[in-house]
Amino acid sequence: MHHPVIVVGAGPSGLSAAIELAVCGIPTVLLDDNNTVSTGSRAICFAKRTLEIWDRLGCAAPMLEKGVVWQLGKVFFRDAQVYQFNLLPEGGHKMPAFINLQQYYVEEFLVDRVHELPAIDLRWKNRVTRVVQRGDVVALEIETPDGGYTLTCDWLIAADGANSPTRESLSVRSHGQEFHDQFLICDITMHADFPTERRFWFDPPFHPGHSVLLHRQPDNVWRVDFQIGADADAADALRIENIAPRIDAMLGERQWSLEWASTYTFRCRKLDRFVHGRVLFVGDAAHQVSPFGARGANGAVQGVENLIWKLVRVMRGGASPALLATYDDERQHGARENLLNSTRATDFISPKSTISRVFRDSALLLAKRYPFARALVNSGRLSVPCRYDDSALNTPDQDGFTPAARPGSACADAAITRHGRAGWLLESFGAGFVLLVAGIDVPDALRQVTDLTVLELGSDFIDANGDFARRYDLADGGVYLIRPDQHVAARWRRPHEADVLRAMRRALGFELENLV
Amino acid sequence: MNGLNVEANFDDADGFYAALIDAHRALSDTQSGALNARLILLLANHIGTMTVLRDALDKARASIDEENSSC
Repeated sequence: MHHPVIVVGAGPSGLSAAIELAVCGIPTVLLDDNNTVSTGSRAICFAKRTLEIWDRLGCAAPMLEKGVVWQLGKVFFRDAQVYQFNLLPEGGHKMPAFINLQQYYVEEFLVDRVHELPAIDLRWKNRVTRVVQRGDVVALEIETPDGGYTLTCDWLIAADGANSPTRESLSVRSHGQEFHDQFLICDITMHADFPTERRFWFDPPFHPGHSVLLHRQPDNVWRVDFQIGADADAADALRIENIAPRIDAMLGERQWSLEWASTYTFRCRKLDRFVHGRVLFVGDAAHQVSPFGARGANGAVQGVENLIWKLVRVMRGGASPALLATYDDERQHGARENLLNSTRATDFISPKSTISRVFRDSALLLAKRYPFARALVNSGRLSVPCRYDDSALNTPDQDGFTPAARPGSACADAAITRHGRAGWLLESFGAGFVLLVAGIDVPDALRQVTDLTVLELGSDFIDANGDFARRYDLADGGVYLIRPDQHVAARWRRPHEADVLRAMRRALGFELENLV
Repeated sequence: MNGLNVEANFDDADGFYAALIDAHRALSDTQSGALNARLILLLANHIGTMTVLRDALDKARASIDEENSSC
């Protein structure tokens, strides 16, 4: 059987990819070697941008309902608190800065959405054993409990995780750094009076010489992450008689029970190219980071979002085939940013030399007294949307505007009123390009352009409390051209029709040949 | 230029030098290392500008490398 698109791997990346394709009307076969969503809680922190993407795909509501919203973080060194930070939820966004939610819930809600979409053929216990590219066709050999079979496709999305069999089969190498420090991760259930906040300890009395993270999840489950060092015996650390004293030392007299425990080490690495002919790598198969900063799953979903709108338009002939190369450009930039941030956090949390530890401890001690040093304390720089500043798809600014919403930026949400009802800017965007118009006349011809929706301030929506005008610097009028992934492509104060059309062609990759 | 000022800029060079040595008085090597680290972080924040800090790091490192290659 031949299919237009096959997705391998039903984790957060593969599920998101299949859902987005289905929403765009493209059928997929989604293969996974397991028979269910993941066990253990794995990723737990999901960022605003990720939730905005899942909202567009129609599956954020149950996540918000189930997830724990948190905003307060506390950092401790030895026996004292060094400082605390508040993610200060700025008003006028539909989504919170972060929610904590076990990965198995996230996958369950994504699978629920898959079952609403007949365009997705989800096949559990289908293990891909071999991938071969022949010209424009990708062939897959698949094993199931009932025997093997072969499928072919035009495009293969490899979302098959850190040990990607697709990557192995195609002999694609990834490059980066391996860390030897080991971590013991325990999800425990306790009915605690702890507030909903993130706590991070450097070198605490109950676990000297190492770091500990405590984070709340739904169902009274708490994530405890103990750094145990490179020399620890992982199997030994996992025995309940060894886990219990560590947790008791931290929690004192509180009652708890263990839901799940695991040890891990991590790698910071990525492929040199995410596009290999007709095989497109996403998620952990393409790039891996340390867990500090919640950049794994969040970075992965942003990568999928970047890929799918391009793939859909290349498949339909609405874009230049060269557009797919910009998935690689833009997400290599995103992966480098995530790798840099997570590697820096790792170096702060696990100093690799004596002098590195001296500076780390000095920064922590100074931070207790002086605010400046808090900027140096790094227990993970939390995932924020990647900005594609140097993307060839951007039309550079000609007019003066706020840098916050410059071309390449993910659009900020804003409270709006639409058709007389309260709503949100991002949920009014739809699946194609958007032309946001404020305070100027827009040529009628632009309303007829395929794949472009004109949203005019005043007639199509009302700026509920001024956030829109402020975040987009549109008090004096102007126009934004927004890509289907809700990133800014171009903006002008008084554009001609031809400016808008040229910028849209550029964002669809038609100018790429001319730029080279 | 946004680089590091390497012209004389102390209003009391001898006084600073004496105070620096005095700050380390009676400290173990480990404690002196920690004092230096804190001093560097305090001064680095006061400077703040990454290009200047980078220039200082490069010049300090180059001085070590030159010293080693001349041995």
